[in-house]
Amino acid sequence: MANTFHIVVCAGIAPDPLQTLEPVTTPAGPGLKNEMVLPAVLDPWAASALYEAAHLAAAHPGSRVWLVSLGPRAKLQQVMMTVAQKASFELVPVDGPIGGFTDAHATAAALTETIATLPGLDRERLLLFGGWESATRGAGVTLQLAGERLGIMDQFQGVDHIDVREDGSFEVLERVEGGKHQASLCAGAPAVLGWATGNLAEPRNNPQVGMANMRTILPALQRARSATLDARGLRYVQVSLPRQQRTTRVAKDMTADAIASEIVEWIGAE
Amino acid sequence: MPSEEMRAPEIDRQKMEVDIACAGFGPAMGGFLTTLTQAWKENPADPAFESRVMPGMPLQVVCYERADDIAAGVSGVVTRARGIRTSFPDLNAAEIPMAVEVKLERVLYLLDPIGASRRSYALRLSDAVLRGAGTLLGMKDHAFELPWTPAFLNKHGGLVMSIGQFNQWVGSQLMESGLVQVWPGTPVSGPLVEGRGVTGLRLMDQGVEKHGAKADGFMAGMDVRAQLTVVGDGPVGAVGQALDERLGLPKGHARREWAVGMKMVIELPEDSPLKPGTVWHTFGFPEPEIFGFLYVHPERLVSVGIFVPSWLGDPSRTTYRYLQHYIQHPALWRYLKDGTLRSWGAKSLEESGRRGEPFLSGDGFARIGEGSGSTNMLTGSGVDEAWTTGVQLGEAVLELLRAGEPFTRESLAATYGIRRRASWVERGAREAEKARNGFHGGVVRGMIGMALVGLTGGRLSLGARIPPAHKQIRRTDSYSVEEGLLRKDAAALAMADGRPLHDALMTARGWPEIVFDGRLLVSHQDALLMGGKVQAVPGYADHVVFRDIGLCIACEARTCIAMCSGQAITQGADGLPAFEREKCVHCGACLWNCAQSPDGKHSNIEFRAGAGGLHSAEN
Repeated sequence: MANTFHIVVCAGIAPDPLQTLEPVTTPAGPGLKNEMVLPAVLDPWAASALYEAAHLAAAHPGSRVWLVSLGPRAKLQQVMMTVAQKASFELVPVDGPIGGFTDAHATAAALTETIATLPGLDRERLLLFGGWESATRGAGVTLQLAGERLGIMDQFQGVDHIDVREDGSFEVLERVEGGKHQASLCAGAPAVLGWATGNLAEPRNNPQVGMANMRTILPALQRARSATLDARGLRYVQVSLPRQQRTTRVAKDMTADAIASEIVEWIGAE
Repeated sequence: MPSEEMRAPEIDRQKMEVDIACAGFGPAMGGFLTTLTQAWKENPADPAFESRVMPGMPLQVVCYERADDIAAGVSGVVTRARGIRTSFPDLNAAEIPMAVEVKLERVLYLLDPIGASRRSYALRLSDAVLRGAGTLLGMKDHAFELPWTPAFLNKHGGLVMSIGQFNQWVGSQLMESGLVQVWPGTPVSGPLVEGRGVTGLRLMDQGVEKHGAKADGFMAGMDVRAQLTVVGDGPVGAVGQALDERLGLPKGHARREWAVGMKMVIELPEDSPLKPGTVWHTFGFPEPEIFGFLYVHPERLVSVGIFVPSWLGDPSRTTYRYLQHYIQHPALWRYLKDGTLRSWGAKSLEESGRRGEPFLSGDGFARIGEGSGSTNMLTGSGVDEAWTTGVQLGEAVLELLRAGEPFTRESLAATYGIRRRASWVERGAREAEKARNGFHGGVVRGMIGMALVGLTGGRLSLGARIPPAHKQIRRTDSYSVEEGLLRKDAAALAMADGRPLHDALMTARGWPEIVFDGRLLVSHQDALLMGGKVQAVPGYADHVVFRDIGLCIACEARTCIAMCSGQAITQGADGLPAFEREKCVHCGACLWNCAQSPDGKHSNIEFRAGAGGLHSAEN
């Protein structure tokens, strides 16, 4: 029997990192100034997972890809106008709060509640995909927690590649220290795969794919269920933006080796 | 006759049919789509909204935008917001970040505290008189404030906004409705033309090399066929340009006047006394021909910028360097000096106004916004006018859909054309038509001409013979011996420290070096990255093309390099202009700043459809 997978990709949205991000304290806790009108993107780690899912599904006809995303509905729609052009999927939006300052347990609970009720989902063929990290949450534990809630025992994090075998088992390459990969063999679905960057280039915008996706995405957004995340017991001691470094110097007579040496020295000084 | 691209060897392209295809998402398209969606929300069962191409489905309306986000790549503005408020009667400025009502307006004449600007003797004389009577006239910080704001400039009661944020606000509402789809990051290469009509849009090819040859992952741009194509891609948009090329302009119309607007969004120091809603209009510095502005947004943000016009008769139109000198004028620097650069950007403004109006509609197409000649050059207002033209087309389209009539030249003229001609946009455009005439004879004459038009409602004006933009680049005095020597000095300076020639030329002319502080006064390249966040995805062809490189070799002015807002056009080691599309902000200034022509009709630079550009949403 051909291997077919039911791939559920969990992907949040994140403010476009190119914008000026200004931390503020809101009545609901930490946040970013004007976050609702900041351009947003699909969380880059999870986006890799989506492209890998689409690639895997294309290689295994009969497979399905769902994209489960929690965020404000209007914001999700805007992000989908770009993401939907890149890969075929069925969107399952969950109308919820914006930003990364939500409790990972509560987020995982909202996601799994949605996944567990997906019509047509065969949990024996389920591959739960997502990012191993998040651009909005340094902890990166939501996917792991969602997997546990779904009772999936095989979990892999920092995945860059999977190679599916004829018997449905697959080899997984996970990132480990020193720029190396750990190779594991998994008996097959169900499994959780938290993706690093993978090896695929970002797909080009394909308007036809976008239009086809939109025919299901728009109705899905209209009927998105709401989720209220329980924030009891959650307290942020400190919130800060990643520190950015910028040093500009014009030099036109340096060799590539000299430039590389200087960069290494600069990194070493940090 | 099909356009050049359409004549290319046939490629197997994806095809799609929609009801209405739109090119470009700006204020005009915002007005058009808002009008449709508001009617749809009011009555979704209205048969007007039944798709003709997908029976049983709602009207299929798609809009393609080149920029990677609907909030990217546009500009800050002060507007009377008359049309915008008609669409949103309950508009609350506080809901739109960076928007605030105009509270205070000032008009300042800025004297030159440096002595480097090129002022005529008449202007020097009047400057001397002003300086002499300075205290008596209330001169302060080398600036003379006009005792009142002329009515035609007055925006009191209007709004100061960031168009990026406004577009985001409008776009969210549009997409939430579910009726329209706005696709960012999707450049349109041109219209699909049949006869004198338009049958849709062709999207850009992807997976190509710099010069357009197929590369890995080639994907031919899709043909999107539509009953109506709405063209709102601005003054340098590929679709509008292609239609102008094919149809020509109506008799007596020409696009000869342009300006590049460049601005910074600056975060003011905490103790800044500037109040939100404050608006300054300035003239006189850094060159007499360059107008400037300062708009104060809420939360200590301010937009500051200049307009460098095509009638600045000098090939060294270095907008970024001029902007740096502008913000350091004592009248502005007093408030800006401890500020921080938040955003930066530039765009071309089509300043011919109604004189540059193209054919507004034809079989299967209609044009709206700045590219349709709606900008009012007397009031210096374009956003509200653009929005209103979109609304007018939206109303016309609803009327035709309800009547079950096709979108023909006649039906669009009888609905859209009539609405536009009867509107305040048209009345204002007619009044303003000759407002800038005088500037082609000098700044003083220009100001007199503008005042004459403004004070008489356009009944009186100065005459003018306006040459094509490429012939405005040099005046006779630019060929003087003095200029030649300056250029030699500049060339030596540029060779010595590797700086761009135009930058060196300003230094040679006596402009002081910019002392970078790394926060507000930063290099041009840093402004691209820190302010504009300029990026371009790979896989698209260059959109700036030099038609005949031999002409570039012979060109002395090389204004394309001097004027390039992003330093995307530079002089290569071989002496030829080189284009890096990753640095292009898509301002389109190169299109009207090329002094060469291979055929006497077109400039030597072709500005095609392209991807990428500014990514800051605060512009």
